[in-house]
This record gives sequence, C-alpha cells and structure tokens, in this order.
Amino acid sequence: MSLVFAGVCSHAPGITGRYARADKSLRESLYAHMDIMRQRLEASRPDALIVVAAEHFANFFMDNMPAYCLGMADSYEGPVEDEEWLAISKAKVPGNAGLAERLVRAALEDVDLSYAQEWKFDHGVMVPLHFLTPRYDLPVIPANINCQGPPLTPLSRSWTFGKALRKACDAQPERIALVGTGGLSHWPCTPESGRINEAWDREFLDRWVRGDYQGMTGYSDAETYRDAGQGGFEIRTFVCVAGATAGCPREVLFYAPIPIFAVGCTVGIAQLDAV
Amino acid sequence: MSLYYLQKIIYQLNRDEHVRQRYEDDFEGLLVGYPLEEEEKAALRKPDIGLLYVMGVNGQLLMHYAALRGYEWNEYLQSMRDGVAKYGSVRRGAGALSEP
Repeated sequence: MSLVFAGVCSHAPGITGRYARADKSLRESLYAHMDIMRQRLEASRPDALIVVAAEHFANFFMDNMPAYCLGMADSYEGPVEDEEWLAISKAKVPGNAGLAERLVRAALEDVDLSYAQEWKFDHGVMVPLHFLTPRYDLPVIPANINCQGPPLTPLSRSWTFGKALRKACDAQPERIALVGTGGLSHWPCTPESGRINEAWDREFLDRWVRGDYQGMTGYSDAETYRDAGQGGFEIRTFVCVAGATAGCPREVLFYAPIPIFAVGCTVGIAQLDAV
Repeated sequence: MSLYYLQKIIYQLNRDEHVRQRYEDDFEGLLVGYPLEEEEKAALRKPDIGLLYVMGVNGQLLMHYAALRGYEWNEYLQSMRDGVAKYGSVRRGAGALSEP
C-alpha cells in the first residue's frame, strides 16, 4: 500500500510522569490534541506504526552508536524507566519483524541504516504510544536517530532518511503510519531543565509546516545547542517526517510551552491524502 | 580525562543489573575495571554530581546515577548548578559545544 499517516509529537517524560503538577487547562488541551492524533491515526487503518524516536541511552551507547537504526523484532518491552516515575506501566508491545526487514532492505538502497533485533523502549517511544496506541494493539517498528551523543548526523541526512523511509513504505503491501517524536527546544536533565525557547520553537514549526528544507536543515549543532539546548538536537525526528512527507500540507494542531513538562509540547500532522 | 569510560560505567550501572549488583557488592572492585582518573573515581565515590556534570557526563545518563545515589529531582538539578558555580563551565561532551 503506502504510507497512510504521518505526524509528530513530543515525548517528554513529564507529560505523563508529572501530569499532576501541570496547569490543568494546558495539560488537558495537550491530551485532547494527542487524542485527535490518535483518532486520525486509527482512521488511517494502519497495519503498523513506525515511531522515529531519539532514544536516551536505553539501547545505544558510544561504544557502537548508529546514526540511524530500525527495530527488527516481533515484540518489544518498555518502559526501561521506573514505572512510577513515568506513570506508565511496563508492557509488551507487538512488533513486525518481517515488515521491518523489508523496510530495512528497501531503505538500504538509499541510506546506510543499521538494524537491531533487540530494543527496549524508553519514554521517547512509550509516552507517544501511551496516547496513540494505549491498548498496544498496533505493531510498532521503532526507528532511532542519534540525537544524544555527538557527532550527530546532519539535519539534511535526517531529511534524506525520511525520504528513504517513505519510499520503502510505499513499496510494501501494508498500510504504514509514521510518527516522529522529539523536542523542540529544551534543556532536559541539565541545570536549565524547564527552560523553553518559544520563539525558536515557533520559527522551527513554521519552517516545518511550510516544508522549508533550507530553513529546517540550516541550523548548525552549535547554533541549536545555543538557542534550543541539547534537547533541540531532537528536531531531527521532525525533519525526518518532513522528508517523508515532502510536498504534503502539514499543520500544527497544538503547541504550548509547559515548563513542568520541560518542553514546548507539540502535536502536528501531515495531510498525505491531499497530494 | 576519560569521559567515555566515565559515561560507560554510568550507562552500565543504569542498564545492566549485573553491573549494579557488583556496584552494591564491591564498588572499588568494579571501578578497577574502567580506566578512570583519580578525580573521576573520587567524583563517582562521593558522589559529586556537580563535578560529574562539569566533567561532561550527559544529563540523560547522570540523572539516573543521581537517582541511584538517592538524589531527588530538585536536589539533582541544584547539584549541577552548584557544580558549575564551584568548578566552572562544562569541560567536554555535548554540553561544551560552542563553535558554530
């Protein structure tokens, strides 16, 4: 079939773990828009969901750090973090090793993609799934872009990775959904945790909506670090989805800085059927 | 300065229950297996969370080590602020990026 759904969202652990400490109206609005995303995802009747995440040393470390990796297993477990801290219970999540292998083979025609047959989900995958597939009844294929341990893949390559994923998805008989999940600006686990550069976020999202390739891929890592913190490196996941949906209209359904969640919380969707 | 091995021991403490058991049974014996400098070993032992942050340990790793050593969230954040005030800016790693 093809790619049938594509979107982006935040994954900060505070979104679930510190829910009680957030402004109630903001929190409920974020959750309501995540639910709209869930409904649109379900309406696309996907057979599998690729989650392009930016994991936080759950599986990959600097002894062997892939720039890009796809999970190729029939099931996964998560979260690796404390259940109470994240307020998400440990669960087994279905995968689809056969489809993942076909995606890897197809994508390798265009990008140098690693694969992993074991993968433990951290909050970067579990928080989106908590809202989007709360019954864990949709096979998930995790993808990772190294956004934690520099040197990092260039932003332009994240776009290329997205294009390669799109081409690989379109060559499969299954209906496939894609969600990219990451920051925008944020300074997680640092002395500046809770800081959010709203102006920078809104400018980036404007570029994302307009499909502004030059604008989205023009940041140096030093500029991103200065203006958007270490968490800002995770825009690679959004750029990847932009690459996968090049030429499609995109809209931001929700954006609001929620400091206790330590990030400008975002929900965005691409309109694949508009092309 | 062996930031790689400093982060590696923390990563393995976070993710490997056998390494964590060794930490509980024989921390000094565990440390021998990593080529760390004395300042790094001392910061791990104390623990000096602020110095570990200034040495360049990624916060996504360090927050778990702080939790293992009994730091609650706000105490962890304050320890990093105190570390920067006492030891200066982050020396290495992603936190030391400056050149565009």
